[in-house]
Amino acid sequence: MQWETVIGLEIHVQLATRSKIFSGASVAYGAQPNSQACAVDIALPGVLPVLNRKAVEYAIRFGLAINAAINSPSIFARKNYFYPDLPKGYQISQLERPIVEGGHVTIRTGDKEKTIHLTRAHLEEDAGKSTHEGFHDKTGIDLNRAGTGLLEIVSEPEMRSSTEAVAYAKALHSLVRWIGICDGNMQEGSFRCDANVSVRPAGSDVLGTRCEIKNLNSFRFLERAIDYEVARQIDILESGGSIIQQTRLYDADRDETRSMRSKEDAHDYRYFPDPDLLPVVIPQEWIEQIREKLPELPEDRRNRYIQDFGLSAYDANILTAARELADYFEQAVKHLPEQSKLCANWIMGEVSGRLNKEELEIDRCPVNPEQLAGLLLRITDGTVSGKIAKDVFDSMWQGNGDSADTIIDAKNLRQISDGGEIEKWIDEVLAANQQQVADYRAGKEKAFNSLVGQIMKISKGKANPAQVNTLLKKRLTE
Amino acid sequence: MTLSLSDIKRVAKLARIEISEADAQQNLIQLSGIFNLIEQMQAVETQKIKPMSYSQDMVQRLREDIVTETDQHIQFQSIAPQIEDSYYLVPRVIE
Repeated sequence: MQWETVIGLEIHVQLATRSKIFSGASVAYGAQPNSQACAVDIALPGVLPVLNRKAVEYAIRFGLAINAAINSPSIFARKNYFYPDLPKGYQISQLERPIVEGGHVTIRTGDKEKTIHLTRAHLEEDAGKSTHEGFHDKTGIDLNRAGTGLLEIVSEPEMRSSTEAVAYAKALHSLVRWIGICDGNMQEGSFRCDANVSVRPAGSDVLGTRCEIKNLNSFRFLERAIDYEVARQIDILESGGSIIQQTRLYDADRDETRSMRSKEDAHDYRYFPDPDLLPVVIPQEWIEQIREKLPELPEDRRNRYIQDFGLSAYDANILTAARELADYFEQAVKHLPEQSKLCANWIMGEVSGRLNKEELEIDRCPVNPEQLAGLLLRITDGTVSGKIAKDVFDSMWQGNGDSADTIIDAKNLRQISDGGEIEKWIDEVLAANQQQVADYRAGKEKAFNSLVGQIMKISKGKANPAQVNTLLKKRLTE
Repeated sequence: MTLSLSDIKRVAKLARIEISEADAQQNLIQLSGIFNLIEQMQAVETQKIKPMSYSQDMVQRLREDIVTETDQHIQFQSIAPQIEDSYYLVPRVIE
């Protein structure tokens, strides 16, 4: 039988606020355990939560970026369950009237484009962190993370493969960083995915029984966990069994998912409106202010790059994957607007390659966009060849901010287009390679390239290759 | 709605409350009484009434995103049953 996979994702995005969502404790990562858990976070009697304006603003910013509705009033609810890292015995979350409802994002897999609709995005607080190792037979609790503001983003079950799920997760990851509401650091848990996975016979419009896979903190794990889970469910169904609704954990070491709890043990969260928090009313003027300050969105920028700069969709996608990269491109390309493709190629090639190699982000790139543009200008006006340009680039990377022109002059790298000089090199090479000259004249095209190579070599790469080609061809056909 | 003894035990388990068989029986009677009352109230026509989340007609106040709290964990942990390396220790829980 042909099976169709159905995937919906819940993504927890840690909001890039300074303080917690309901208290004035810091959310800085990596502090001494429990040093950033105040009376509100550890749920001492008599404390009251007070909502962080910035957290609300970030949620609205996200809602606007995905064309969603902003609910006003929006309501907080208590989600009740018992766990040692949840001091109050409930998590403040939202059930009815979440702050953001609806909206959509565009994902791309290969050259296919697809719109994924979002159900909702709601504000909630994070729990603390349990450590099971290193405390003998006990569990250690660090409440520093308790009360950190999260935006939980819930998609419709519209993804049909792990590839689409990863594309969606990456699109959201890029977007929340782009609009500055999350640092996107997955190692530190700032962006965590849960996947709801089910399968059904192809062509069916009834959803199969789903399993939820928890806490996938890398795109690779997301993909592998879904692939494993889909295969597991198909196996069960094809051998006549049925899927039990479960929460499962992905074990990266074994590359498998295993049951965490089944539906019978599912928490009954007994949601109810939190009496400590009043309805959040969001005036339209506030929404408009936030809208005005919204940066140009990746999707808009991508389309502009294709239209205004004539870039391919592929190039435009890569350049708009992160705002810093797109900004870098724009700052470079404004110095040579006619050479956008050259700019894009250098940024995606030389610059990104070098950054990857040295594990640097684009905002820490030792060569700034102006320097790069200066170099590219010298390629376009023929001062240096593409090959020499790479050496200049290398010097700029190691250097102290010198411009391409300074380096080209200091190292005497200017391309030589002077016919007389090139003729001299040609003479020299031809004299030393009579056999190859004969080969070429006998019809061996390869010999020509070899001669060009040697001329470039004795010119130390400075001869203008196009001119070498022309002059050499002329000489050999004389 | 009719409550069963297993409902009582499930709710008790979710609330992490240990109850004896006798108490469970007693709770079943009392909770059933409450549910009967709720059933009576279901007769009230509420179709056209907007659900009310709060009893007061006030809106939530927002605070600025400023760190105002200082580290008081030593004081907080002075009343904790068990701590180690500034972690709170609890009976081992693995889910």
